[in-house]
Amino acid sequence: MTAARRQLHLAAHFPGVNSTTVWADPRSRSQIDFSSFEHLARTAERGLFDFFFLAEGLRLREHRGLIHDLDVVGRPESITVLNALAAVTDRLGLAATVNTTFNEPYELARRLASLDHLSGGRAAWNVVTSSDAFTGENFRRGGHLDRADRYTRAAEFVRTARGLWDSWPPDGTPRRFARHGRHFTVEGEFTVPRSPQGHPVVIQAGDSDEGREFAASTADVVFSRHTAPEAARAFYADVKARLARHGRARDELRIMPGASVVIGDTDAEAQEKAAEIRLQQVSPQNAILALELVWGRDLSSYDPDGPLPAVDPAPCPDPDSGPVRGRVRVADPLAVAAEWRALSEAKGLSIRQTVVETSGRQSFIGTPAGVAAALDTYVRTEAADGFVLVPHLTPGGLDDFVDRVVPLLQERGAFRTSYAGTTLRSHLGLAEPVWEG
Amino acid sequence: MPATRPLHLAVALDGPAQYDPAYYVALARLAERGALDFVTLGDCFARPGLDALAVLARVAPATERIGLVPTVTTTHTEPFHVSTAVATLDWVSRGRAGWAIGISTTEAEASLFGRRPAAPADALWREAGEVADVVARLWDSWEDDAEIRDTSTGRFIDRGKLHHVDFRGGTFSVRGPSTVPRPPQGRPVVVVDGTAGVCREPAARYADVVLVRAGAPEQAAALREDIRRRAAAHGRDPDTLRVLVALAVDLGVGEAAPEPGLAAGPPLAGGGPHFSGGPVELAQLIAEWHSCGAVDGFRLAPIAPHRDLERIVNGTVALLQHRSLFRTFHPGGTLREHLGLARPASRYAPTTRTPASTQAGGAV
Repeated sequence: MTAARRQLHLAAHFPGVNSTTVWADPRSRSQIDFSSFEHLARTAERGLFDFFFLAEGLRLREHRGLIHDLDVVGRPESITVLNALAAVTDRLGLAATVNTTFNEPYELARRLASLDHLSGGRAAWNVVTSSDAFTGENFRRGGHLDRADRYTRAAEFVRTARGLWDSWPPDGTPRRFARHGRHFTVEGEFTVPRSPQGHPVVIQAGDSDEGREFAASTADVVFSRHTAPEAARAFYADVKARLARHGRARDELRIMPGASVVIGDTDAEAQEKAAEIRLQQVSPQNAILALELVWGRDLSSYDPDGPLPAVDPAPCPDPDSGPVRGRVRVADPLAVAAEWRALSEAKGLSIRQTVVETSGRQSFIGTPAGVAAALDTYVRTEAADGFVLVPHLTPGGLDDFVDRVVPLLQERGAFRTSYAGTTLRSHLGLAEPVWEG
Repeated sequence: MPATRPLHLAVALDGPAQYDPAYYVALARLAERGALDFVTLGDCFARPGLDALAVLARVAPATERIGLVPTVTTTHTEPFHVSTAVATLDWVSRGRAGWAIGISTTEAEASLFGRRPAAPADALWREAGEVADVVARLWDSWEDDAEIRDTSTGRFIDRGKLHHVDFRGGTFSVRGPSTVPRPPQGRPVVVVDGTAGVCREPAARYADVVLVRAGAPEQAAALREDIRRRAAAHGRDPDTLRVLVALAVDLGVGEAAPEPGLAAGPPLAGGGPHFSGGPVELAQLIAEWHSCGAVDGFRLAPIAPHRDLERIVNGTVALLQHRSLFRTFHPGGTLREHLGLARPASRYAPTTRTPASTQAGGAV
C-alpha cells in the first residue's frame, strides 16, 4: 500500500448577493426563503462536503448614490440561518462570514460558541474586516477605521474570542476572563461552556501581505481567490511557508480557493454552457455598470455592444477610502482602462465582451471526468487543499456537481466516501485546539 | 364583549442553562402540541446560557406553528444587527418570530463589552425605545414588492421601493435600508415586559404584546387599561395590543393545593406573584381572569420546565380546550395570526402612509 492519498476538501458557497448569481434563469429561486438554504445545504451534505459558506453584507451596494438594482439584493443574517440549518443537517460544517469592524468580541464569540453547541461542533467563522465609512453609517461606532487598524483590530478580536472560548475549561467551571487591549477591554465570565470542537473553525479570506500573515498566524482555513494554476501554487507555497514562523505545521491550515464549475456531456458543450452563463452574468446593463466603476462617470449613453469610450477615466480621489465607486475599489482607473483598451483593440471586443473577458473567474469547465481530474490535480500538485464551490444558480446550482462529479472523485480515491467524524474539524482533518486557559 | 375575546397563552422556556438543542426542541414541540401562541426564551450576557435567538433559530425548522420569541437586549448590541437577526428568525421560521426587548443594566454586562459604563434603567429604556423604532423602520425599509426580477430592464429590485431610514437617536444613528428583505410578518411581534414604570411607555408605544405582573384580576385590569390608554395617546389602536399576565407557575404540588389562586410562596426567578397549585386550578384561574376581561392571556413561566409544561399542556390547556375557552389547533401559520394581529403595511409604501405612522418615531 502507498501512503494515504491527499484528499480534496469541498465547501459550498450559497449564491446570493454577487454578480455571479444568474437570477434571470427560470430555474433560479428565492435567495431568501429558508427552503433555498435547506436545499443547497442538504445537497452539500449529500455530497459529503466539509462546510456550507455564507457571505455577508452590512449595507446595500450603491452606485452613483443609488442602490444597486441589477444583481441579487438582500440576504438573511448568516449566523441565524446557520442555526436553523443545524436542525436540517447532521454533519455539514456551517460557516458564517462576520465582520470584526462592526461587531464586539464578547457578543460574537458567544454567538459562534452557541452555533457550535447547537450544531454539535460544526461552526466556522470567516473573519473579514472593513475600513469602510459607507458601511459604518449603519453602526454605533460609525465611519472610518484606518486601513492600518483593520488587521490589528481583527487580530485582537480573534485573540479575544479565542481567549473567551478557552476561559471555560473542558470539564470545569468558567474562569474569570480579562483582556485589556488596544481595541478591546473585556472582563467577566463567558456564559458558554467549551464547545464541541473546542473552538469554532476560523476561516480567513484576505490576500494582502497582512491578510496572509494573519491567516498563517491564526486561521484554520484560507478562502483564497487564486485558482489559475501558477498563481494558486505560488499562493499556496507562500502561505504554507509562513506557518513555521508562527510555530505551526503545514497541515494546520487548509487552503481552499473559490471556484465555479460548469459541466457538460462533452467539452464543447460545457464550454458553450460556460459562455452562456458568462453572458447572463454580464448583462448589457451590468457591462455599462462595470465600465462606470472604472471610468467614474455616467456612461449610460454608451452602447454595450459598441466600442469602449474614447475618453479617459476620472482619476480616483482616494484609493484607500473604501468603495468609492460603489461596489469595488479601483485603485488605478487609468491603468485598468489602458489594459481594457488594449484587450478590446487586439481582439475586436465590444464593451460587454471586454467586461466578460476581464471579469471572468477561474472555472473548471468540462466533462464530469475532466473536472474531477482537474480538481484532483490541483490538490496533488499543492495548488490547493480543496475548493469552495460558487454555483451560479440558487438553490440547485450544485445538484449536477454532487450527482455527477463527486462519485468520480470518490472512484479516484480523491474524496471521502463517508464522513469520518461529526465535527467540522474532523472533516478538515484539524485537531481540536489545545486548551490554553 | 370581553368574554368573546380569544385567549392567548404562551410559555417561557427559561430555567437552568441547557446546551443541548434537543432540550429546547422537545419543550417547544410540547408547547406546539398545546396550540400555544408562542414560547419565550430569556437572555443575559452575564448569565450562563446560549444566545436565545440562536436557540430559537435552531428550534424553528423542528417546529411548524408555534411562535418563537427570544429576548434580545439593546444596550450593548448594534440596532442594525438586532433588526437583521430578528428579521432572519422570521424568515427561517416562516413568520413565527417575535422579539422580547431587553436592556442590560449591570456593570457585569458592561464590562464584558468595555464600550460604555452601566447606566440607569430609565435611560436604557429610552434607548431601547429608539432601538425598537429604528428596527421597525428597517423592517419596513423594503416594501413588500421591492423584488421585481424584471428581465426586460435587467433590474432585480425596484430601488424606488427601498428606503434609507436615516434615523438619529440619542446614542446611535442608522442610515439603512436593511440588508434583509421585509420579513414574512412585515414586522415580527415585539414583546415588552411593561411591569416596571420605566418600560410602560416604550411598551405602550412600540410593543405588540405587553407582559404585566399582577396578583389579582383587578390589578391586571388596571395595568391593561393604563397601557391601552398610553397606546391610544401615541395614536395607536389599543386593540392592536395584547396584554398578557406573566405568571410563574409551580405545578409540582398537584392536587395537594387546596385553594385555586396565587400563592404567596418564595420568590421565583423574575420576582412577582406566582401560582402554586395543580393544572386544574391554573385553568380555573386563567378562565376567570380572562372571562372578566382583565387580560388577553398569560405568559406562564414554569419553574420546572419539563414537568410543569407537560402539566400545562396535558392538564390546564386540555381543560381550557374542553370548555371551548382555548383553540385546539393553530388556524394560521404566523405568530401575528395566532395573536389576531394584522400584518402591518410598510410605513414607506405610499398608499398606506397615515398620520399614525409618520408621528411614530424620532427619525429626522
